[in-house]
Amino acid sequence: MLLEVEGLCVNYGHIEAIRDVTFGVEEGTVATLIGANGAGKTTTLKTLSGLRKVRAGAVRFDGKDITHAPPYQRVLLGISQSPEGRGCFPGMTVLENLDMGAFLRKDRKSAAYRADLDRVFDLFPRLKERERQAAGSMSGGEQQMLAIGRALMAKPRLLLLDEPSMGLAPKLIQQIFTIIGEINQQGTTVLLVEQNAAQALKRADTAHILETGEIVRSGSGRELSGDDSVKAAYLGGDL
Amino acid sequence: MSAATTERTPAVALNPLQRLGLWWDGVVDRYNALPKLSRLLLVILFVLFCYALPLLRPPIITTNAIDFGGVMFSVAAFALVALGLNIVIGYAGLLDLGYVGFYAVGAYTTGVLTTYHWHWPFFLALPLAIAVTMVTGVILGAPTLRVRGDYLAIVTLGFGEIIRICVNNVQWLGASAGIKDIPHPNTIGKKPVPPFDPGGMFAIPHLKWNGWVPSLDKVHETHFLVFGAVDAIPYYWLLLTAMILVLLGDRLVKASRVGRAWEATREDEDAAELMGVPTFKYKLMAFALGAAIGGLSGSFYASSQGGYISPDSFPLLLSMLFVAAVIVGGSGNRWGAMAGGTLVAYLPERFRAFADYRLLVFGLALTVLAVWRPEGLLPPRRTRRAKLVEAQIDELEGEGVVDE
Repeated sequence: MLLEVEGLCVNYGHIEAIRDVTFGVEEGTVATLIGANGAGKTTTLKTLSGLRKVRAGAVRFDGKDITHAPPYQRVLLGISQSPEGRGCFPGMTVLENLDMGAFLRKDRKSAAYRADLDRVFDLFPRLKERERQAAGSMSGGEQQMLAIGRALMAKPRLLLLDEPSMGLAPKLIQQIFTIIGEINQQGTTVLLVEQNAAQALKRADTAHILETGEIVRSGSGRELSGDDSVKAAYLGGDL
Repeated sequence: MSAATTERTPAVALNPLQRLGLWWDGVVDRYNALPKLSRLLLVILFVLFCYALPLLRPPIITTNAIDFGGVMFSVAAFALVALGLNIVIGYAGLLDLGYVGFYAVGAYTTGVLTTYHWHWPFFLALPLAIAVTMVTGVILGAPTLRVRGDYLAIVTLGFGEIIRICVNNVQWLGASAGIKDIPHPNTIGKKPVPPFDPGGMFAIPHLKWNGWVPSLDKVHETHFLVFGAVDAIPYYWLLLTAMILVLLGDRLVKASRVGRAWEATREDEDAAELMGVPTFKYKLMAFALGAAIGGLSGSFYASSQGGYISPDSFPLLLSMLFVAAVIVGGSGNRWGAMAGGTLVAYLPERFRAFADYRLLVFGLALTVLAVWRPEGLLPPRRTRRAKLVEAQIDELEGEGVVDE
């Protein structure tokens, strides 16, 4: 297991945002957390990145306990997140945003760094075209590409994606998911949080369904997308 | 929507203040296009002009009702403070409404070290004053920088007042009577022997203007380098020199990794954390650096002409003026901040004749600025670019054109 989450509880004040969440992500796979608004998907990701304090439970990455590690240590270990709502730095150019992704890397002048930059541009040719444009002036789809590209610049072993399809046109969603598949094939483990359950389940090796802060179902992506109750609740299938 | 509607660029009418911004862009572009040697030459000329300004006493600019050298000193002091506060507000995005507290800590450290307690010379007290203020910045920042936005503004507002009230009640610091007879920096050159020998290495005559015709003024001379109660010009030079050093440091830091971390933190703190920026550490650094520069300026203020400080020298209003200077000038741009500091300090002195209406006019000017140019006179170019895009998007959305 690359990532192990055990009995994770996170509170906002007195309100329990997630409760006793347990799951794991195998190295080299795509895992997904799906669920409705407010189910605790984003809170889970933020906690994995260290932005939220853990009340109970443990998080282990590659065998190391990181439950209380600060965010930058997790980045150094190889966890990188593309946040919900993109979270690009609007005043910075595309290149500067990508450079921020590599903030903790010490090899920012090396050929390896150039190669990683080229890899991001290969995945997202649009970013290359807009290299010197301010991120805030780009379309939602382009900003999403930038957010993912920026997370990749940290050379993560585990890439956390928070709703990459949010607010995008269907064609673009398709494209983004194809690229996520490609990133995974190049060797990066992916944990994907989505409301777009159909797409997420199609790509995922393992999937977990969150409901009001708890995992209610787990299984392979194929299993869950074939399940009738899941279909009814999340895929808008026939009732 | 058809392609024709989405591609139409909305005509955004520019007001005079926005045009000023474009003009400034033009100036910067033309300067950047020059060969390196000419750029260096221009900078040297500009710096020399700044040093010579109080001697040249150019008409219109010169304040006749009040000693021009003294005005230039306070202008430089304000510009230096604005430069420091710009690091906190403009770079790191932390609204500090109690900056006068650091100014006071710098001034009082110098006051205490150089007067009846210890009698240190000014130039020995100065670095210690900077260090003490920096530590104060860390002490204040460590607990408070965990809160964000408005909360931070309120906490810092309290800090400014706490310092003033504490000083007011501590006998060791002179209490409400303040500290007087703070010594001037040592004269460089021959010691002045009153009443006939003004001392110094040599004397520099001022210019006097008969309409637009300049002539040498042999009566008023500045003695190089005598720091005394009579002539503020040597102080101004000292301050200008400090400012240039700070400016060079500011450039270095802004262009470094630290500068980028600040920018990321300002734009989106959570995203910055996700990139591995320990935002707390960098915010604390901005706070400490800003404080140090405030302390530097306060230290100069304490030993300047009057050599007298009291709690009344550091009212809350001064904090507001400091923030106003940064915001008016354009927070995030060091030249903007300095321009703001210059305007806020200079205009009231120049128009002393209308002293009764000063605050009224100042308020009006701020209102006009807020309406026409909320981002300040000379904001960083990227802020202006972002604003323009924002305006265009608003306009498109207003027309019901959804762009995606």
